[in-house]
Amino acid sequence: MADPLLQIKGLVIEATSYPPGEPPKEVTLVHGVDLTLARGRVLGLIGESGAGKSTIGLSAMAYGRGGVRLTGGTIHLNGREIRLADAKALRALRGREVTYVSQSAAASFNPARQIMEQVIESSLSHGLMTKPEAEARAVALFRKLGLPNPESIGKRYPHQVSGGQLQRCMTAMALCPKPDLVIFDEPTTALDVTTQIDVLAAIKEAIRDTHVAALYITHDLAVVAQVADDIMVLRHGRMVELGETGQIIHRPTQDYTKALVSVRSLDHVEKAPAPPILQVQNLTARYRGTNFDVLKNVSVDLPVGQTLAVVGESGSGKSTLARAITGLLPPSAGRITFAGRQLSADLAGRTKDDLREIQMIYQMADTAMNPRQTVGTIIGRPLEFYFGLKGEARDRRVQELLDQIEMGKGFADRFPAELSGGQKQRVCIARALAANPKLIICDEVTSALDPLVADGILKLLLNLQAEAGVAYLFITHDLATVKAIADKIAVMFKGAVVRYGQKTDVLTPPFDDYTDLLLSSVPEMEQGWLEQVIAHRKMESAGN
Amino acid sequence: MHPILKLLVQRIALGLLLLLAVSAVIFLGVEALPGDTAQAILGQQATPEALANLREKMGLNEPPLTRYFQWLGGILTGDLGKALTNGADIAQSIGQRLGNTLFLAGCAAAISVPLAILLGLTAARHAGKWPDKVISGITLTTISLPEFVAAYFVIYIFTQLIPIFQPVAMVFPGMTFWAKLNAVALPVIVLVLVVLAHMMRMTRAAILNVMQSAYIETAELKGLSPMTVIWRHAFPNAIAPVVSVVMLNMAYLVVGVVVVEVVFGYNALGQYLVDHVTKRDLPVVQAVGLIFAAVYIFLNMLADIIGILANPRLRHPK
Repeated sequence: MADPLLQIKGLVIEATSYPPGEPPKEVTLVHGVDLTLARGRVLGLIGESGAGKSTIGLSAMAYGRGGVRLTGGTIHLNGREIRLADAKALRALRGREVTYVSQSAAASFNPARQIMEQVIESSLSHGLMTKPEAEARAVALFRKLGLPNPESIGKRYPHQVSGGQLQRCMTAMALCPKPDLVIFDEPTTALDVTTQIDVLAAIKEAIRDTHVAALYITHDLAVVAQVADDIMVLRHGRMVELGETGQIIHRPTQDYTKALVSVRSLDHVEKAPAPPILQVQNLTARYRGTNFDVLKNVSVDLPVGQTLAVVGESGSGKSTLARAITGLLPPSAGRITFAGRQLSADLAGRTKDDLREIQMIYQMADTAMNPRQTVGTIIGRPLEFYFGLKGEARDRRVQELLDQIEMGKGFADRFPAELSGGQKQRVCIARALAANPKLIICDEVTSALDPLVADGILKLLLNLQAEAGVAYLFITHDLATVKAIADKIAVMFKGAVVRYGQKTDVLTPPFDDYTDLLLSSVPEMEQGWLEQVIAHRKMESAGN
Repeated sequence: MHPILKLLVQRIALGLLLLLAVSAVIFLGVEALPGDTAQAILGQQATPEALANLREKMGLNEPPLTRYFQWLGGILTGDLGKALTNGADIAQSIGQRLGNTLFLAGCAAAISVPLAILLGLTAARHAGKWPDKVISGITLTTISLPEFVAAYFVIYIFTQLIPIFQPVAMVFPGMTFWAKLNAVALPVIVLVLVVLAHMMRMTRAAILNVMQSAYIETAELKGLSPMTVIWRHAFPNAIAPVVSVVMLNMAYLVVGVVVVEVVFGYNALGQYLVDHVTKRDLPVVQAVGLIFAAVYIFLNMLADIIGILANPRLRHPK
């Protein structure tokens, strides 16, 4: 057999970490990973954040992001050792033999230059093609990737095309110099689920037609099952399991892989109807200085102690609904009734109790906390503000809340930077609970977390609801999360509620077009699912 | 209307409004000084009758608002009034000296701006390594020296050690361009030394800030050379902050070079202003003050406009 395209042996990757208030220390991110990739094959790298999957992926270009250093092992690409290659040799292979597609094409395209210029740049700088040849190839790739106006889209600037289109442009950029290997680093994670499916299909087709080999990095097993021939499961910088895709998703041998496969099968039985704590009636709202409504005649009820999930894609108005309910965005029409009283439209007109009884938890726990305050101060603040608790009484209550979020002793003196992502979100939940609210608005609170951690947060939220009888308005784009937590569901599309009711009713056919599209776009952990959906949709649109 | 055109018109209108406000402040400031122009002309020993006569003749009895608009109207028609000390036409005196000032500033700018940006890019390219440290060290030293110290150093070096230039920068009408360049060489060197560091450090900081972006990583992963990455991918996104600090330094070159002009005996606007301030020649002070303000406002407006034009989101709306 000929040499494999990429052969990594005993790879060790280290970095210097700077923990707050302590001297810098060396940490090992990847502990001796082996990996072999044959030409034309697709290997999925899967794991949670911190598993080292991006770091390993980038090592195929001998690139260390930030201060990351490739300190041990060998990396052979096309038969040459590249870990110790000099800068000039690396420049010669980057963008020529190996290319990279990042998670956020929006950030990875230079805002000051036209798309075409960036797509063909490496083909020209490596002297692989003439400019007309490269442009012709780019246009062909745009067409293959299903971009609208393939002839002219290259003349646009990155901000002039949508996120899903830009992600395809980045794939075209990676494929343009005819590389041997493309590293896809979570290329669809930042996209809406209905956009993801199209981009995924485009990427898969492009990989198949160009016979390029690929490392496909993602945290979503269902996504990688659609594109990869083999899957490597990683955890804490070590390989857990490696196998052919069908084996990994159907017959995992390791406990960790089994946990990954079964995650999101959490199902929640909806509660019996109850009187509403929150009633939103005919709410219409727009942002100042704009001339279109971001909320259009929205009416929903949330029963006491239950969960209303608001589902929709980015731009559907779900976060705006939260802003209107909290009083941050006074609506132009409609009313909000909470615990039997009508709420003032704007924040200034609300009483302290109105403010206390509606609390909020955000997607980015990181930025929702003051990094210079301890956990104790952060949770203690609402206790002082709303209840005037001080000194020992306050500390005792802080500890009770920490116990409630299953974080035990010793955390009150820690700073947010010392906590993991899941722990940070727990602290934010404790801070919301400290106010004894009747309603907590959860805005994408699990979206930034790894699946297993997100599951833990959802379970915690459900337990707290059972204990304290607090109601949740749960904003999310993720339908698996909805199934796990909701009693009622409102599906939003372009500012309006298109489907609303008890969970079982909403998730039972017949569906309206949009809900159907949304539900059928959620990747299933089944090989061939993608092709089936795409074929089905083509048939339907041909029938119309 | 193209949104960018609207923004530009807004900026220009704002600049003019600001200039009007500054003119009012200058007028009020001079107005608030004890004594008036008549007093200044005739001196402390003047008789009340003489004073009243002169005031009548000069229109000083008119209400301040009327006089303000007369002054403003004069400026718009190119009439800045006459100097009290020698009765010379201010517009004429300023015209020639302004030319000298702009010549000096222009020469200094033509050297310092490209040099500062080049040094800034080089320092950013080698951030934290020796070229960066050497560039930062040298420019920091030059900016820390007061202008007159730098001036005497430069005079000592280029007229005593290596006598290739004149210590006095005299220019007069009829000189050839080359002779003029030769004459201003020393003040230009001093000015370059003074403004270089600020622009270079801002360029370096702006580039390093942009270098954190994901699209820089994309460029590196294309196998581009470091200087190509900086020049083609980082610099276009760092233009706005660089231009704004460049314009501030340009403004300094026009209005702030009094010390350098005095040291080199260079006959330009700064020296003219200083001369007339000491003699309490208020019309001259007013006129020169307004010109300096106009330079500042114009250059900052220009920086704003370039910043707007450099932003692809504004240039190419969705």
